[in-house]
Amino acid sequence: MEITPGRSYGFFTDTSVCIGCKACEVACKTWNELPGPEPTFGDGYDNTGELGAQNWRHVQFHDNVKDDTLEAGMGTAWLMMSDVCKHCKNASCMEVCPTGALMRTEFDTVYVQPDVCNGCRNCTSACPYHVIQMDETNKVAQKCTLCYDRLQGSLEPACAKTCPTDSINFGPVDELREMAKQRVETLHSQGVTQAYLYGADDSIYGGLNAFFLLMDKPEVYKLPNQESSVLPSRNDAGGYLGSFGAAVAGIFAAVMALRLRRPREPEPATAAEPPAPTTTDEGGK
Amino acid sequence: MTNHWRDIQHADLVLINGGNPAEAHPVGFRWVIKAKINGAKLVHVDPRFTRTSAVSDVHLRTRTGTDVAFFGGLMNYVLSNNLYHRDYVEWATNAAFVVDDRYSFNDGMFNGFDAAKGQYDPTVWAYEKDATGHAKVDLNHPRSVLNLLRKHYSRYTPEMVERITGIPQAQFLQVAKMVGEMGRPDKVMTFVYAVGMTHHTTGVQGIRSGAMLQLLLGNIGKPGGGVNALRGHSNIQGNTDHAIVWEILPGYLKIPVPGQKTIADYLKASASTKARPDAVNFFGENYGSFIVSLLKAWYGPAATKANKFAFDYLPKPAGNSSWMTMFERSLAGKMDGLILSGYSATSVGPDSNKIIKALSSLKWLAVMDPLPTTGAEFWRAPDVNSADVQTEVFMLPATHWVEKEGSFVNSGRVVQWKDQVIPPEGQAMHDHWFAAELFHRIRVLYQQEGGKFPDPIRDLTMDYADPRKPTLDEVAQEINGRDLTTGKRLESFALLKDDGTTTSGNWIYTGHYPEAGNLALRRDGIQDPATNDPTGMGLYPKWAWCWPLNRRVLYNRASLDRFGRQYDPKRAILSWDATKKLWVGDVPDYPKAEPPGANAKPPFIMTGEGTGRLFTNSVVDGPFPEFYEPMESPVTNALHPTVQNNPAVFMYEGIKETLGTAADYPYIGTTYRLTEHEHFVTQHVEHLVQLQPEAFVEVPAALAKEKGIATGDHVRVSSKRGKVEVRAVVTKRLGGLQIDGKTIYHIGIPIHWGFVGINTGKHWVANALTPFVGDANTRTPEFKSFLVNIEKI
Repeated sequence: MEITPGRSYGFFTDTSVCIGCKACEVACKTWNELPGPEPTFGDGYDNTGELGAQNWRHVQFHDNVKDDTLEAGMGTAWLMMSDVCKHCKNASCMEVCPTGALMRTEFDTVYVQPDVCNGCRNCTSACPYHVIQMDETNKVAQKCTLCYDRLQGSLEPACAKTCPTDSINFGPVDELREMAKQRVETLHSQGVTQAYLYGADDSIYGGLNAFFLLMDKPEVYKLPNQESSVLPSRNDAGGYLGSFGAAVAGIFAAVMALRLRRPREPEPATAAEPPAPTTTDEGGK
Repeated sequence: MTNHWRDIQHADLVLINGGNPAEAHPVGFRWVIKAKINGAKLVHVDPRFTRTSAVSDVHLRTRTGTDVAFFGGLMNYVLSNNLYHRDYVEWATNAAFVVDDRYSFNDGMFNGFDAAKGQYDPTVWAYEKDATGHAKVDLNHPRSVLNLLRKHYSRYTPEMVERITGIPQAQFLQVAKMVGEMGRPDKVMTFVYAVGMTHHTTGVQGIRSGAMLQLLLGNIGKPGGGVNALRGHSNIQGNTDHAIVWEILPGYLKIPVPGQKTIADYLKASASTKARPDAVNFFGENYGSFIVSLLKAWYGPAATKANKFAFDYLPKPAGNSSWMTMFERSLAGKMDGLILSGYSATSVGPDSNKIIKALSSLKWLAVMDPLPTTGAEFWRAPDVNSADVQTEVFMLPATHWVEKEGSFVNSGRVVQWKDQVIPPEGQAMHDHWFAAELFHRIRVLYQQEGGKFPDPIRDLTMDYADPRKPTLDEVAQEINGRDLTTGKRLESFALLKDDGTTTSGNWIYTGHYPEAGNLALRRDGIQDPATNDPTGMGLYPKWAWCWPLNRRVLYNRASLDRFGRQYDPKRAILSWDATKKLWVGDVPDYPKAEPPGANAKPPFIMTGEGTGRLFTNSVVDGPFPEFYEPMESPVTNALHPTVQNNPAVFMYEGIKETLGTAADYPYIGTTYRLTEHEHFVTQHVEHLVQLQPEAFVEVPAALAKEKGIATGDHVRVSSKRGKVEVRAVVTKRLGGLQIDGKTIYHIGIPIHWGFVGINTGKHWVANALTPFVGDANTRTPEFKSFLVNIEKI
């Protein structure tokens, strides 16, 4: 595989064919020499829990299996998705990093230089995906490097290399986007109309180099949706104004929601109900 | 597999029943995904909604152990709606053969049962003879195989399928319609299974019922079709090929039995004869060459025509010597010592408490393994008082497969040679060197001290450069075999002879290591598909080597009709070259120059019939598969309440008393693997222990609610034989089934944990729960269906 500096590289993760085998997690830890956290029982299938300093790939499981004998899975009843750093075009971690430890590489990926990181943790609170975390042993921020060292040797990242079903695809972003578009078309023609792409255009943080084919709403996978994914940026007035506008609208909506709720407050049963959706949930960033 | 992994991508319908390949075979599952991307439908039939179901088009939640009812129902649907592939069935199966008039089936019992012995005499299931002594053929005869088949499965109506399996009729019919369409010549279904089929007292018949459905649909021999067993370890296929089970010799030759004094006696009882004059009967005709060549490989110059090629040297076991029987003997005090090689006896079960008792009854136990196992450390099991165990245990540190070269044979019969990756650590020694050293010392003792019948040990060939340290390359050459007159290694088992002039350690491997070299080393693959895949169907004939004769799809002649016309021209792997007068493409499963035509020989050249068998006497529990309940079941057999279980199941002494009833143990337990671990060995691998750190059982959400169990709680699961105390995972992926007005629940029990490994000491052995009963033919234990209770602790 030829990997050329100057081109944009990334992942296309097709969750419709993910089988939750976690080979990506193990390949990642093995190549990057991450010892991983202490073994802890989670819920039986997801014992990794979340992305973090020691988990650069994390396979999410979302169980929506119905009560009755099940007819069709069709990829929606038990969702699996190998999550990873998105290598955002507008990367909030880079925006807030005071030392320049977070840099964009010649492959258009976002990379932490461990010897430059001062451990300030700005990035860990800025990342909208909770990807980047502090490593408690070496006190630097860590996350997926998109196997920067492998790319320099023209090797695809370990996770993509090991993925048995080609749910994780690595390549130049423009080619991946084309591949993803065709895959969605194929799925739609096969009747799987819920499939769509997340982050394959510039609508999410200016575009994600690691983008996804999803089978349910972004929120189900704990991803910000399109409305929420605007980044306030030093060099992006639109971003500031947009988020300011969203914040104003959010506050307004919250006030309205409170006013509307007021008459119902005395009823104790409402406490058990899920909170009414307001724009603050989506527009607060 | 009749076909191979890569071939699954050609299927229109992938029917997975008795397997969970997304979890147990994630790498091979890429070909199932490929099929799906190509537009195939994927149907998963399983009690659990698994990671395979998650990417399927349809998941049918079924009751474990009811596969024969499901396939019987499908056969009934296909036959009664005339959806079977008529031309294929009439030419390539024994549908038209007439069964003799002794045949009967009443209320769950076939003819020929000896109640005192608890066994059938399968020889009474026979064809009616014509004037020439061959099987009579008449499709319209009331006792033709097809008509008996129709009658037999007419009872398996969609209503009956629902009553037995719990699959609602509407869902069953939806799948039956999809399956029925696969009887069209231009459509193909692959039937994929694993130990979800084999781990039952009706395991063989369950698989057979799936194979018969495939014959009716004309799907055996076709690319994208077949009957495909996914093997559970990287070399289990090689393991069975080389007879690491008691009842066969290498290459699936039968083990001789007492009373067979000559090779002729042995052949008479073992080799098939031509049931029809046009049958090729290749296996039957060459059985003698295969056994004599094997004897020549083993006993060399000591095997002569005069001494019947040392046929007397072969053991002729009088009784069953299977896995479970071995432990029975130990418990009965009839066995002093045991050598385990690559076998975690305690974890593997069944009824691990019984196995621990059996190991405790030995004087000594030697364990060859690269890592500690629960077999080696059985005395540390929960509830065992180590002081009570007097067995002396020797740990022989064996090399891991990364520390040696050799071959792996995958599910698709592809023999792939691999290199040594790292040198052996410490004092570790190869298993085969331990065996050779042990043999050497025993031979010296016999030479020095004599003994009763030392001949087989004295005369065994050890023609290696260093007989105490043979290389696997030398062993591979020995397995391939030679022509003794020229000294050259042979290219085909067709060259083996019964006159003592050829050798072969395993006839199905003859040709994998000819004079040209070790073909298992070849790697001509996807780096150049135009050159390396001449048919364009992914056969890659120069990628390693595939038994037999590098044939990638078994029975491939059946992908064409008798006139040589492709049943499905868009998926062709074999064709008749009229100019060369040869079959070209895949290695033909047929005489290579035997022309097509109106009188073409039938395509199943290994059977005496020349056809696939919809009726057979080669199994011990009935010529047609019949549904019987698992030995422990909460349900009464709906087809014949008085014959609840497989009548031919072997019951060891005292086992009846160890079986529980639904009154005490109301739920069905079923055991299985998870993606994150490989059987028991990966308890030593940190990253995998992180992924799956702790033993758990899966509990249906509705049942958990009843019992107040939440995910993460500790629960006790018990059977009449033992218990485990582990975490609960509550899920709707396991749900209730409505069976005859009752709600039936399964408890899911992953097997991977034990008391050895990184998290030492915490974990119980799942097989403490499983029953000590097995399939009537193979005695493979019923790990997939038994009764348990569950309580919160």
